[in-house]
Order: sequence, then C-alpha cells, then structure tokens
Amino acid sequence: MSTFTLARLHAAMLLAGVCLGANAAAPAAPAAITDTLEQRVAACLACHSVKERGDAFFPRIAGKPAGYLYNQLRNFRDGRRHYPMMTYMVDHLPDAYLREIADYFAAQHPPYPPPQAGSGASATAASLARGEALVRQGDPAKKIPACVACHGAALTGIEPAIPGLIGLPSDYINAQFGAWKSKTRRAAAPDCMADIAARLSEADVAAVSGWLGKQPPDDAARPGSATSIALPLPMACGSVPAQ
Amino acid sequence: MKKIIYIVVGVIVLGVLAVLGKLFWNGDDVGPPPSVTATLAPEQKIARGAYLAKAGDCMACHTTRGGEQYAGGRALQTPFGSVVSPNITSDRATGIGGWSSDEFWGALHNGKSKDGRLLYPAFPYTNYTRVTRDDADALYAYFQSVPAVKQANKPHDLRFPYNQQFMLAAWRALYFKPAVFREDNKQTVDWNRGAYLVQGLGHCSACHSARNQLGASDGEGLSGGLIPVLGWYAPSLNANAEAGLGDWRQEHIAQLLKTGVSPRATVFGPMAEVVQESLQHLTDGDINAMAVYLKALPGEGGKSDFERDKAPEAVAFLAAGAKLYDKHCVDCHGAGGAGLPPGYPPLAGNRALTMEQAVNPIRIVLNGGFAPGTAGNPRPYSMPPFSHVLNDTEVAQVVSYLRSAWGNNAAPVNGNDVNRYRAIPLD
Repeated sequence: MSTFTLARLHAAMLLAGVCLGANAAAPAAPAAITDTLEQRVAACLACHSVKERGDAFFPRIAGKPAGYLYNQLRNFRDGRRHYPMMTYMVDHLPDAYLREIADYFAAQHPPYPPPQAGSGASATAASLARGEALVRQGDPAKKIPACVACHGAALTGIEPAIPGLIGLPSDYINAQFGAWKSKTRRAAAPDCMADIAARLSEADVAAVSGWLGKQPPDDAARPGSATSIALPLPMACGSVPAQ
Repeated sequence: MKKIIYIVVGVIVLGVLAVLGKLFWNGDDVGPPPSVTATLAPEQKIARGAYLAKAGDCMACHTTRGGEQYAGGRALQTPFGSVVSPNITSDRATGIGGWSSDEFWGALHNGKSKDGRLLYPAFPYTNYTRVTRDDADALYAYFQSVPAVKQANKPHDLRFPYNQQFMLAAWRALYFKPAVFREDNKQTVDWNRGAYLVQGLGHCSACHSARNQLGASDGEGLSGGLIPVLGWYAPSLNANAEAGLGDWRQEHIAQLLKTGVSPRATVFGPMAEVVQESLQHLTDGDINAMAVYLKALPGEGGKSDFERDKAPEAVAFLAAGAKLYDKHCVDCHGAGGAGLPPGYPPLAGNRALTMEQAVNPIRIVLNGGFAPGTAGNPRPYSMPPFSHVLNDTEVAQVVSYLRSAWGNNAAPVNGNDVNRYRAIPLD
C-alpha cells in the first residue's frame, strides 16, 4: 500500500508470457514420443487413473457416456462447474479435443475399486428404504421423478449423455447435490438436476446417496441405449439431446 | 497513521508533478490520417476490425468465463481492488452502440471514456495509443457489429485513493503520452509491422515489463515482470538469461507464438491463453513480423555466475531432488533433460527454470497442465499436476535439482517458496 502502482492493474488482468524454453546446447532428444491419447492426457490420469480411487474428490469417469463427459468438460471450461484444477486443465482446449478426451474415458472399463465406507456407512434402515424408494419410484408428491426414469433401470446411465450412478461414493453424490442446490454446479438449461436437487431435502439427499453408495458395481455393466428408457423424460434436460 | 501520511504526501507530490507535466506537455501525436478503412466495403471493414480485435485479445478481458461475448463484467483482481471490464457490445444503453468513431478513438488513443472520464490503465491504452486511426476505425466498425447484449456495467471496487480521478490525472501526466506508432525508416517493413503489433494491440509490455514505484512500465523495454495476483512471472524478452530470443531461429519463434509449442519451448500459464485466444489467429505474415521484431530486441547478460553451496546438506537436498526426478519426471523429460519436443519441452538449458524468479517452475511442478490447443497443435500433450503427490519440501528439491542439472545453474528454492504458490487460485 505504500507504493502507488496503478499501472500494475494492467498486469493483473493481462496475460503475460511464461515460456519453458531451452537453449541450443540441449542434448539431442531420444526416441520419438508415444503418440497415443493416453500419453497426451497424462495430466488427467494423475487423478482419474485407470486404477481409479473412487473417492469423493476424484470420481470414476471411466465408462460414463461420452456425451456426459464432454458436457462436463465444457461445463468446467465455461464456468458452469467449479473445481479450480479442472478448469485450469481444460481452459485452453478446443471442443474437438475435449470430445476426443471424453470418448477416450468413455471407452475405458477398468474394474471397480472396493467400495469406500463414506458417509453412507452409517445410514439407518429407514433412510436406506427412503433412498431406494426415491431411486426406484421418486416422490410424486414432491414432483421428484425416479432416478431410474432417466439413469436407466440398472442405474448404469443412458447413451449418450446421462451418467451412471452406481460406483459413486456417497460423499461425492452428496457434494454434487450440495453444488446443485447452491447453484455452483450448473448445466445447459433447462437444468433438470438443479430443479430436482431443489426439491430434495437434505435427509432425502443423504438417503439417496447412502443407498446408491451401497449398491455393488458390476464391471461388465455398460450405459443403456438411448431407446432403453421411456421417452419423453419426466423432465426437460438441456444436456440431453432433443428427444 | 503512517500509511495515511504516506498517501497524503504521495497525493501532493503527484499533484505537483502533474502540474509540471502539463507545463512540459508536448502534444498528442495522432499519426497519419485514416486512408484505408474508409475505402473498404462495410463487411471488409468489419472483418478487418475482427482480426485486429484478435490481435488485441479484447475478448480476454471483456468477456466473463462462459459469458456473452464482449458484454464485460470480468472482475480483474489487483493489489488495489478490482477493476471490472465494461460492456463493449453494440447495445446502445449498456454497451458502446451509442458511441461515435471519434469517441471510440478517444478511449483507445487517449484513455478517455465517452463522457470524458479518465479510464484506468488496466485498459492498456498506454499500448493501444500506438494504434493508427485507420485500425481504430476498423475496430470501431467491428464492435458496432457485435450483437447487442443488454448488461449494465458493474462499478469498480478500488480502495481510496486509487478510486479517485485526480490520481489518474496525475498518473497520466507523468506516464502517458498519446502517440501513434511511427515507423522507423532505418528498419525493415517486417520489423516495423512487428513493432507496431508488439507495442500496440499486442500490449506485450503490459506483462513483460518491469514497473517503477508508481506502477508505470519501463516503456517498451520488455524487461520482465511478476504479474501481481495471478502470480506468474512474465520473463524478460531482452535478457539472454530469461526469454530473450536473439539466438532463436526465426521459424521457432513464429511456431511458438502461433502454435504454443516449438522445438525449444512450450508456452504455459497466462501465455497459453494469449496464444490460444489471440496469436494463433494472426496471419503468418504478422506472426513473422512479430518474431523479427522480438528477435531483434537488444539482448543483455548471459552466463550465470551463481556459486553453488558445497555443504553436505545442500548436496543431499539436490540428490533428493534427483531421486524424485528419476521417479516422476524422467519418462517424459529424459535422463539428460532433453525432453521430447515439441510434446515435452527440454529442461537442460531451459531458461524458464533458471530465472532468478522461480515461481514459474514451482507452479508448473505443482499444477502441471496442457499446452494450449491451437490450429497448429490441436491435441496438445500435458503434464500431470504434482501438488497432491509431492509435499512442499519435495517440490523444492525437484525444482532445485532442475536448477542445478545438465549445466543449469541457479539458486535452490525452499519449501516456503513452494508453499507461497500453493495457495494461488488457479482460475
């Protein structure tokens, strides 16, 4: 504060050059680089590795429908989802590359890690029953559709853009509902999940996440085809292509 | 109390200097009268303006993440508070749809708004004043064609006294002289074009220049500067120990600017955004011209005279870094630090690692990242983040090792240096 550096305002907003450079004396490069997408996306694999941890911070993305993953990558880049490291990673990547990265992870089907206890471990029988009811039947009185109506009877997601719900830790599911409720996670309008989250009480969220977190994942499970659920969907979703 | 005295004294001094500045005022160089833009068909004029808006990277500040193009509202955090970019769409009520071309010129060339209010130099009119009236008119035509978005401007949130117009008036009297770029007849056409772009719309000096106690940049020295709040160091472009380009091949400079990668360097941090949003869209001719100008900047300095501590603990610190390098880095950057360019930049002889300011290599190890995705490099390689793998001491060890290996010679860093940059927000 003792210095008046007004023009530093430029610097704060403007984008400076930061280069990794090397001089001409650098030794000759060894063999050619491995030209695979897996090699190119090494930064992603640091957290979303094939041997996934499946914890609340680094959720399983392998095997999710490519359209869903692509939407999420764009949501991080364009400010509809907030996780600084994710935004930083995808900030300067074009749509075509994000699509390719989404396709890559959608095609991976590693075995599931052992389920983690998480917050759902202490769920009561009553809460689990409420969770299962919400998942299978929804709550018409509160205008909450059943999860299975969109995510498929097996909850393994529906091509091309509806994610599976099995194999996600209860803590991760809780965090997403919290983000939808506080509008820090958004999707293309109409944002169906934000609307559903607003209608769920905190106890309902805990019930759903507790029950989902306890369902044993199946390594052979795949997202269902687009025609395997009843259309139209119970709610309009901007992320899902027109039905 | 001391702070208030400083501010009061500072204000008085600035006032006196402002008066003196006015006494020695030597006018406004408006450059040659417009000759080209007026002859263009409307759509050509707009296309020319759209291109120039890319060269100026106007979008970077005048658009929020995922927001409507050019509708403003991006809050730029500064040490003095935040400056919020205005709406520059063609909306008449909230944008600049009601502005005349003279008023637009007044902002670009002279840093004054339509109503005569002085603009904050966060809008880099100290650079844009170099822009010719011809180009300003093309930009004006383009922005008048940008679809209107009704979005009222948000007020800046600057602390006293930085929010006072008289402070700006004094600062401008000291450090701002409106003057269009004048060609140097002793230089080539390319050099002149490059200088025009680098000094003007490119506003490279906004980051790549040192600033004095009053925050004014050292003109077009491009001597490097730490970007406050963002926390990256924009290296000197005229120091051989930093990012001076004197010994680079012309085509490598052009490749770096246009694609973000080259056999000798990869852009990272804020420069990745500059390449993706601005430079990759420029013509080969303009990129080459910028490369010619940058390569011709006077280079100074060179060999490091750092003398390394030979104490056992210092040696062990570097050995620990070498071990971490072999575990985490060697697969991509190689045992000899040669890298696999352009996918993975070489580290041996890498000046970004050995600059006195070690913030960039620390942050790159912590955060990793992708090179920008550009038309010339649409599927960039990436580096994993290590912030969740290595603790502060380990990052310091590996960065210190990089600053000591394969002929690199710079001072080690410690865990406190690393910790300082862990907390910087990434977006």
